[in-house]
Amino acid sequence: MSAQIPEVRSTDELRQKWMEPEVITGSEILLRSLLLEGVECVFGYPGGAVLYIYDAMYGFKDFKHVLTRHEQGAIHAADGYARASGKVGVCIATSGPGATNLVTGIATAFMDSVPLVVITGNVVSSLIGTDAFQEADITGITMPITKHSYLVRDVEELPRIIHEAFHIANTGRKGPVLIDIPKDISAAQTLFVPQTGPVTMRGYNPTVLPNKIQLDKLTQAISEAERPFILAGGGVVYSGGHEALYEFVRKTEIPITTTLLGLGAFPSGHELWTGMPGMHGTYTSNQAIQQSDLLICIGARFDDRVTGKLDGFAPQAKIVHIDIDPAEIGKNVATDIPIVGDVKAVLELLNQDVKRTDRADAWRAQIQRWKNEKPYSYKDSDAVLKPQWVIELLDETTKGGAIVTTDVGQHQMWAAQYYKFNQPRSWVTSGGLGTMGFGFPSAIGAQVANPDRLVISINGDGGMQMCSQELAICAINNIPVKIVIINNQVLGMVRQWQELIYNNRYSHIDLAGSPDFVKLAEAYGVKGLRATNKEEARRAWQEALDTPGPVVVEFVVSREENVYPMVTQGSTIDQMLMGDE
Amino acid sequence: MTTKNTIAVLVNDHPGVLQRVSGLFGRRGFNIESITVGQSEEVGLSRMVIVTVGDENNLEQIEKQLYKLVDVIKVIDLSSKPMVARELAMIKVKAEPPQRPEIMGVVETFRAAVIDVGTTSLIVQVIGDTEKIDAMIELLKPYGIRELTRTGVTAMVRGNA
Ligand SMILES: Cc1ncc(C[n+]2csc(CCOP(=O)(O)OP(=O)(O)O)c2C)c(N)n1
Repeated sequence: MSAQIPEVRSTDELRQKWMEPEVITGSEILLRSLLLEGVECVFGYPGGAVLYIYDAMYGFKDFKHVLTRHEQGAIHAADGYARASGKVGVCIATSGPGATNLVTGIATAFMDSVPLVVITGNVVSSLIGTDAFQEADITGITMPITKHSYLVRDVEELPRIIHEAFHIANTGRKGPVLIDIPKDISAAQTLFVPQTGPVTMRGYNPTVLPNKIQLDKLTQAISEAERPFILAGGGVVYSGGHEALYEFVRKTEIPITTTLLGLGAFPSGHELWTGMPGMHGTYTSNQAIQQSDLLICIGARFDDRVTGKLDGFAPQAKIVHIDIDPAEIGKNVATDIPIVGDVKAVLELLNQDVKRTDRADAWRAQIQRWKNEKPYSYKDSDAVLKPQWVIELLDETTKGGAIVTTDVGQHQMWAAQYYKFNQPRSWVTSGGLGTMGFGFPSAIGAQVANPDRLVISINGDGGMQMCSQELAICAINNIPVKIVIINNQVLGMVRQWQELIYNNRYSHIDLAGSPDFVKLAEAYGVKGLRATNKEEARRAWQEALDTPGPVVVEFVVSREENVYPMVTQGSTIDQMLMGDE
Repeated sequence: MTTKNTIAVLVNDHPGVLQRVSGLFGRRGFNIESITVGQSEEVGLSRMVIVTVGDENNLEQIEKQLYKLVDVIKVIDLSSKPMVARELAMIKVKAEPPQRPEIMGVVETFRAAVIDVGTTSLIVQVIGDTEKIDAMIELLKPYGIRELTRTGVTAMVRGNA
């Protein structure tokens, strides 16, 4: 059974209706403009400064508004919607506390290049700067974490600003754009002239097509390389370049790793895929990076969780960096062949020229040996549930076909390690900011974007408590997310660091006092199930899959389990702790 | 190698742009030695001149990060070209009548000007490159500097370029 959200009604007929120039309020302009941008669903929370906007939404049926229980829930839901659909996510909040509650979500989207349009109300223009009731300088607060922002000063500018905001959010390197609308602007009337044409902005012209000379250099380098390796990231997913990437690998047969955000950009089952790199990456990926003589980085940004100690990263490799954002090139790692452009466009051009070379055959064989010798592994048990086993259960029963969102912590890493992704936009996780509280509300957004797909949200018992109030949204709107809680009764990832780096000094990680998650679910009218051993786990999970609506499934797992391999801070990525096994 | 770099940034004359640019320098760990902003030759655009200290990589990152700002139209690394750079300083210096002739001597050699005379002080205005102003300040220090204000550097590429 599919979710009741969204009811998409933006038909051509409606568009015609919205295109009529008419004297209307700023609030109505906002709603019509959102419709013209193709918005299907807005996540939001009302308050004084946006009351004109909410008033305009009264009885409005042309897009859906989901009332979350916290602004943080709204923005993470909009984020999940955007990541799972490739469209711009939209959320709305009132001024002051409503707006500041969005900050974590804006920063989360900014770090992971997620296109959002964030609408906040503000106090009336004449009160701005007076410390008025519920005033906050939200454009000032969010300047470092938005791609761009607007404080609307004149209602006549509103249609242009909204049109520009969507353009900026979803082109070039994507990201969140904030529009702050003072209350008098949402009330003011003017002749609405719809904006739908191409956007021209003098200071904003992302480079899409790469430089041909640089491409030729790369083709040449590939033909000479003996140990080439591809490091692909979220940029592949965002540009829609996964098919071009597949073709690139098919033609060159260069082994490939995908970063945390790149999971799904290349099929996990493929023999040339080596798993995730970095801190909790595979032995194979990390060795391959360190020993490669040509490292082709595609739509990834050399995050420190991937590179480990920079001094000593990929020491033998000629580095190629393909990215839409020129500022990423050379930011962390010196680049030999910089290629600025849209990943999809770059790969499609490259695919016309590149060829497989036999020179790299010994390397390909070496990579297969590593893969066989050192896959991810854990010591299973029948006495206690192992979290890795739980993820494998989810993977086997859904054949990798679900959309998986996670929160942040050990469960996130196990999900990244043990769930196998075969399509892009099936994996929603907070990589750059590592935001606890993201997992569950982002699943709501992902489900709204994909009413007919299975959406599984995997959370720790800690992070689940950061936005659990959104269970109400699932119940009310029948959003059939399967909410998994990997309950180890502690802040697991912190426990792991305290064990390995702080000499077992377990400081403030005990989550005693957590609610009975089954009862918590039931309190919201959501089915709750619990499993403490394999048999119960299989049964509960099957029941969850067979249940049409939302379900919370709590898996009570081993408290002591650690995520391996692990590269501790300050080490190069080939210096890995491998755990017991 | 760290050097002093002067960059000109042509920006939209929108509210908050100075905050965007200076905020970017702060959070990316780039340092600003001076920053000046004012009208440019084109209506709707302002020109900022920023003096910053850093190495070559740093300068490249600054340029690239600036270009990410939607309100930034153009970034020019002036210090890589022949440029003229000027700064204005006003120096209120302690000057009892007996010291005045000596101070006037310094002012004249520097082709500076006295723009205000008080009973026990003078305001000296000096225009020039940073070194000249530094030198002038050094020479006036012995008399006692009561107040000092500098505009920061503004600059242009020489010739027809
Ligand atoms: C908002 C926020 N606060 C704190 C952290 C630091 N942190 C990272 S992982 C983690 C523990 C998460 O515990 P839990 O949700 O139980 O998941 P587990 O690691 O046990 O799977 C913490 C506290 C964070 N990432 N985000």
